[in-house]
Amino acid sequence: MEGDISPIVWSVRGTVEMDVVVWSLEPLVAALRSAGYSVVGPTVKDGAVRLAEISSAAELPAGTGDAQEPGHYRLTERDDDLVFGFAASPDSAKRFTQPPRQTLFRMRDREIEEVEPEAPRVALLGVRACDLAAMAVQDRVFLGGRHPDPAYRRRREALFLVAVNCAVPGGTCFCVSMGTGPKATAGFDLALTELAAPHRFLIETGSERGAEIVTAIPHQAATGDDVAAAEEVSRTAAGRMGRTVDTAGVQEWLPAAHDHPRWDDVASRCLACTNCTMVCPTCFCSTVEDVTDLSGEVAERSERWDSCFTLDFSEVGGAPVRGSQRGRYRQWLTHKFATWFDQFGTSGCVGCGRCITWCPTGIDVTEELSCIR
Amino acid sequence: MGVSEPGHRPRLAVWKFASCDGCQLTLLDCEDELLSIAAELEIAYFLEASSAAGPGPYDLSLVEGSITTAEDAERVRHVRRVSKRLVTIGACATAGGIQALRDFADVREFTSVVYARPEYIATLERSTPISAHVPVDFELRGCPIDKRQLLEVITAYLADRRPVVPRHSVCVECKARGNVCVLVAHGTPCLGPVTQAGCGALCPAFNRGCYGCFGPGETTNSRALNRQLRTLGMSDPDLVRVYRTFNATEEPFRRASEEAEDDA
Ligand code: SF4
Ligand code: SF4
Ligand code: SF4
Ligand code: SF4
Repeated sequence: MEGDISPIVWSVRGTVEMDVVVWSLEPLVAALRSAGYSVVGPTVKDGAVRLAEISSAAELPAGTGDAQEPGHYRLTERDDDLVFGFAASPDSAKRFTQPPRQTLFRMRDREIEEVEPEAPRVALLGVRACDLAAMAVQDRVFLGGRHPDPAYRRRREALFLVAVNCAVPGGTCFCVSMGTGPKATAGFDLALTELAAPHRFLIETGSERGAEIVTAIPHQAATGDDVAAAEEVSRTAAGRMGRTVDTAGVQEWLPAAHDHPRWDDVASRCLACTNCTMVCPTCFCSTVEDVTDLSGEVAERSERWDSCFTLDFSEVGGAPVRGSQRGRYRQWLTHKFATWFDQFGTSGCVGCGRCITWCPTGIDVTEELSCIR
Repeated sequence: MGVSEPGHRPRLAVWKFASCDGCQLTLLDCEDELLSIAAELEIAYFLEASSAAGPGPYDLSLVEGSITTAEDAERVRHVRRVSKRLVTIGACATAGGIQALRDFADVREFTSVVYARPEYIATLERSTPISAHVPVDFELRGCPIDKRQLLEVITAYLADRRPVVPRHSVCVECKARGNVCVLVAHGTPCLGPVTQAGCGALCPAFNRGCYGCFGPGETTNSRALNRQLRTLGMSDPDLVRVYRTFNATEEPFRRASEEAEDDA
């Protein structure tokens, strides 16, 4: 229903009473495919873990790990066969909820032609707790206001979410500080915890349709030992955060630090390249572009990802309002961690660490915050 | 339509100065759209495509190439006089091109090494962009230019609107395209963060670093990028060289290479 501000998938615990255990992900992939979803999961491509369509669980990157530091990402070989032995990948679910470019409408001979939004039925396999939290943040942005976005809603509803509870946080992860992970607590259809010795997966069910998939695959009821082992995975992961940040009172002290000298320092390192905003799973800013065809008969309006680091972004009357790098970085950090609360009632950051890893000069939001505090 | 009066197709001219012809060829490369272009514009002067040269004046002139001789400096003034709108295409025309490397050296020394009879060579000390000689209405960058962007500039001209040619970094297109960042994930030097978009992040899509062929973008913190490229193991001479290609004399790239020299 348009205008409905409730989040799309709220966890419906208890539809399958018990957690279950499966020994292979192959039947899960097959069941999702026969339920009409294309399954998109982590794969290895171009030296990184990338989200791509898979037709078999054998395509998942077993034995692959990652090393993530500010401005640095490398794949590693693990000495075990963990299928999910890595942290956040450069791709997030944002690509599916808010595609980089979409056509909004066309005008032909002065008549408006609506363009159907593309909303493919996709099962995202391996979504992390921070990514689920990011989707909840985006839900609030796109659906929670006075002008809910029906295209977003359609894409969002077409997603089936299989979460994975992180076993191996990355060097730039700080979900514990942001209260979003490493264990998925809501917003998923199914949540997996990968267990070793013997290798198996504990599955929690979060929705009716999740329960239907579980019913369709061979599984056994989880024992107390399985549940305890899964809890231990999340506890251990929580103790291995790459980074921490203290955001107590951030809504007050960050906007008040408008003239802090640290802004000049970070501006000297910032390229205004936009990478941090592009990889951030909650950054939602876009711009619209209008183009015509050669004959002048067809005009088209499209929407594409934009960033508060570009000059066009704040252009008013031919000149940018935020012309300096200092002003642009300050806008980004302050919005993300402080004024987002005023606007949407939550933090704009979920602690996934992507902006830190994928910043070409390794600017680290947690470090900037601790210097400004 | 803003620019074309009824019954009159605007007249297009394509001019060449010191250049390789690659950017003009981009127009011929618009195979699927060429007929539509010809339906909307009279291609009145385009020696690369036809030796029939219609007389001026022209509504839209696309100018390729840089100014390297005294004759060309004169000729471009003529081109300006006979053109209602003048759009420069490609790094030679917008920045002086690869031939502007002479600006960092002594051109007579070059001619004496390259030519058997250097006394026959009459060339200027510097290679300069068209905008250094005449007012230019729009600069389309790239070495070579991008076909989509050329079509957009022509289409925008026909509709009398501003072309959608953003000046932000290559990184914006790189992320939208879904490339893995070669700088972060492979340690490959990449000029994308200081280079203007337009190519669609072509090189990173093939796991190469950006060479900066579209020239400096709107924000160029090259000092910060140079620091990072050094950390990745780039030597100082390489750092100087990486900025000295097709857009070497564009101020931000000149400054970047000189900073690298100074810091060395
Ligand atoms: S600001 Fe950085 S750490 Fe926070 S959600 Fe965005 S990308 Fe992740
Ligand atoms: S931030 Fe937390 S939930 Fe996200 S990848 Fe890292 S450990 Fe996992
Ligand atoms: S913080 Fe890093 S990623 Fe973000 S714009 Fe600046 S240099 Fe680019
Ligand atoms: S590969 Fe180059 S252009 Fe692409 S995001 Fe990285 S630095 Fe930017």
